[in-house]
Amino acid sequence: MIDIILDHYNYWIVIFLMMSGFYTVISQGNLIKKIAGINIFQTSVFLLYISIGYVDDGTPPIIAEGYTTYANPLPHVLILTAIVVGVSTTALGLALVIRIKEAYSTIEEDEIHDKDKSL
Amino acid sequence: MIEQNLSLLLVIIPLLSAPVTAILPNARSAWLLTLAVTWTCLILAGWQITLVTDGSIISYELGGWSPPWGIEYRIDAMNAFVALIVSGIAAITLPYALLSVEKEIPLEKIPLFYSAFQLCLVGLLGIAQTGDVFNLFVFLEISSLSSYALIAMGEQRRSLTAAYQYLIMGTIGATFLLIGIGLIYAETGTLNMLDLNQRLQPILDHRTVHTGFAFIVVGIALKLALFPLHLWLPNAYKYAPSVISVFLAATATKVAVYIMLRMVFGVFSDEFVRKTPTDHMFLLLGAFGVIMASATAIYQRDVKRLFAYSSIAQVSYIVLGIGLSSVLGVTAALVHVFNHALMKGALFMACGALVYRLGSSRFENLNGVGRQMPWTCVAIFIASLSLIGIPGTAGFISKWYFVLAALEQESWPIALVILLGSLLAVGYVWKIVELLFLRPASDSTATVGEAPAALLVPMWLLVIANIYFGFNTELTVNVADTAARMLGLGMNHE
Amino acid sequence: MKHNLILRVIAKYLFPVIALFAFYVQFHGDYGPGGGFQAGVILSVAFIFYALVFGLETTEQVLPPYLLRLLASTGILIYAGTGVATMLMGGNFLDYDLLAKNPVAGQHLGIMMIELGVGISVCAVMLLIFFVIAGRGRS
Repeated sequence: MIDIILDHYNYWIVIFLMMSGFYTVISQGNLIKKIAGINIFQTSVFLLYISIGYVDDGTPPIIAEGYTTYANPLPHVLILTAIVVGVSTTALGLALVIRIKEAYSTIEEDEIHDKDKSL
Repeated sequence: MIEQNLSLLLVIIPLLSAPVTAILPNARSAWLLTLAVTWTCLILAGWQITLVTDGSIISYELGGWSPPWGIEYRIDAMNAFVALIVSGIAAITLPYALLSVEKEIPLEKIPLFYSAFQLCLVGLLGIAQTGDVFNLFVFLEISSLSSYALIAMGEQRRSLTAAYQYLIMGTIGATFLLIGIGLIYAETGTLNMLDLNQRLQPILDHRTVHTGFAFIVVGIALKLALFPLHLWLPNAYKYAPSVISVFLAATATKVAVYIMLRMVFGVFSDEFVRKTPTDHMFLLLGAFGVIMASATAIYQRDVKRLFAYSSIAQVSYIVLGIGLSSVLGVTAALVHVFNHALMKGALFMACGALVYRLGSSRFENLNGVGRQMPWTCVAIFIASLSLIGIPGTAGFISKWYFVLAALEQESWPIALVILLGSLLAVGYVWKIVELLFLRPASDSTATVGEAPAALLVPMWLLVIANIYFGFNTELTVNVADTAARMLGLGMNHE
Repeated sequence: MKHNLILRVIAKYLFPVIALFAFYVQFHGDYGPGGGFQAGVILSVAFIFYALVFGLETTEQVLPPYLLRLLASTGILIYAGTGVATMLMGGNFLDYDLLAKNPVAGQHLGIMMIELGVGISVCAVMLLIFFVIAGRGRS
């Protein structure tokens, strides 16, 4: 039992990050914290992909003499793209939060809701 | 050379022109370039669909790397059909956009607006063209990110919160899809859809595959606004600039439907859908969605919001079609994808025209406006008839096929739900008819003029298309039928 | 940070080093680890660092926003243009083999061009994001 946990520790980290990020997005009312939650959530996926690319005794996928086993580079490339997507999402999200702050002078979800109701 | 690279040009032309549009100095030139690009795309998409309607397949290898190693664009009837819908709606929205955008968007931001619009087009067309699941994720994010930005350009401050909410929900959806893709990649070592389909068949009972499937379905369902995950949609459609409401309502959820069909049936299989509770889940959520969303639409006090809820109901019909997981069900779903794009395109264009003249789409500002803006309001009326499914309109054809598909499997409850949904649609359409034509005009609506011709002509083109495709079903039904058969439906159990 | 002498001196020395590292990552990206994404981000970090120490206005004199927008667009156009060039030569999109006389040299040239486009775009976009968000509410 303990072996299952220790041998797959990276996957446990993935699950922990995924759940804590997801929970943050759902539970927090602060718009910035929600974006932080999204970021943690996405980071867990990055780790998941990198774990998929792991090969036992593999070296980084660069051609060098004396090494024949390489880690799978494809998940790394995929996740580089996903990281870029994540950066753009974060930038767009933060830009929206700034404009929400300017329009409502608050970034708490319930206060924004109240201000829209009172109109 | 053009025919050889046809499938790729469809994606690359808007991708090339989007950065050029962003640095153009004035609004008119940005609009002209975008107009040229969308019409070129429409011509290419029309050309492409003539090449695949007979059931043949175009395969394009990016970078000359042969699949499954390289990215492959694999066009069959369904891909070409979706690409035609997207580029067709874009091409018809653009003439409409000129005046509407100049009224709603600050002048200095218009080139950036059109640039984002083209990026959204790139994303949606890319999804329709690609045969690689990761490439699909990237295109999905391109279209989503640009649509968040476009929604946030709305006039009211609530467009910001609507865009933010959509961003959070959309990102969660896309990340779920990414997790699912990662899990099935870990199991099969490939990302090519065709290759995935072949390699997944022997290992369909693995737990990782099931988990991946669940993530993928939930992720797409978020983008699709499937019933309990639909909360982002009404605000996003309501507060977006009119042009964006038209474009997104007519294309974005439709493309998500395509992704669902392609992933569920093309990558996995209909047998897998039936073995797992997926088909029952689709039927249940679809049925709930049709009734709940239609009922909610009746209680709306805003035309745009009402039609947004009706969109959720229409998407739920499509999900019912997917849940039936038969050739007829998927045919009905695809026909409705096309017809619903026509209806909602026309309806949101008409809403945009009301906003253009009256500055609002709320009920209290629209009393009796039908006498002052007859063309706009009659367009709403005819498109709404199509929404209900009155014979002689495009909507009737899709409802007919849905009922046929339900009866084919003798699922009477589903047929009943479809009829009930139409009855509820009569309810909310009646509310709008009463509002626009029967109520006495208020001060603001008594003096307003008809919308300019630049808004009316594209709107009426779509209205006429609604009637035309109600009589001539050759294009829609035949292509949808070919597409459904090519998904490999019904091959395994016959 | 006008009076913070240590930071200002260090920033002046570090800037070229960071930039040099960015170019190393950029131009070794075809055979070693690296590439346009990373290089673009590193180069933008150099400018962001400079802006943090010497102020936004000083940095915007070197890199005004309109120039960054132009660069961001140019990067994408270099990328897509390379693909279109291979199409015009009769191959598929981004089929680098056709770019030079032999396929190996073609692949080399192709990946170089692509990474250059990516690097320029990424650097310009990262700086734009920084300038837009940091400069909000100034005027």
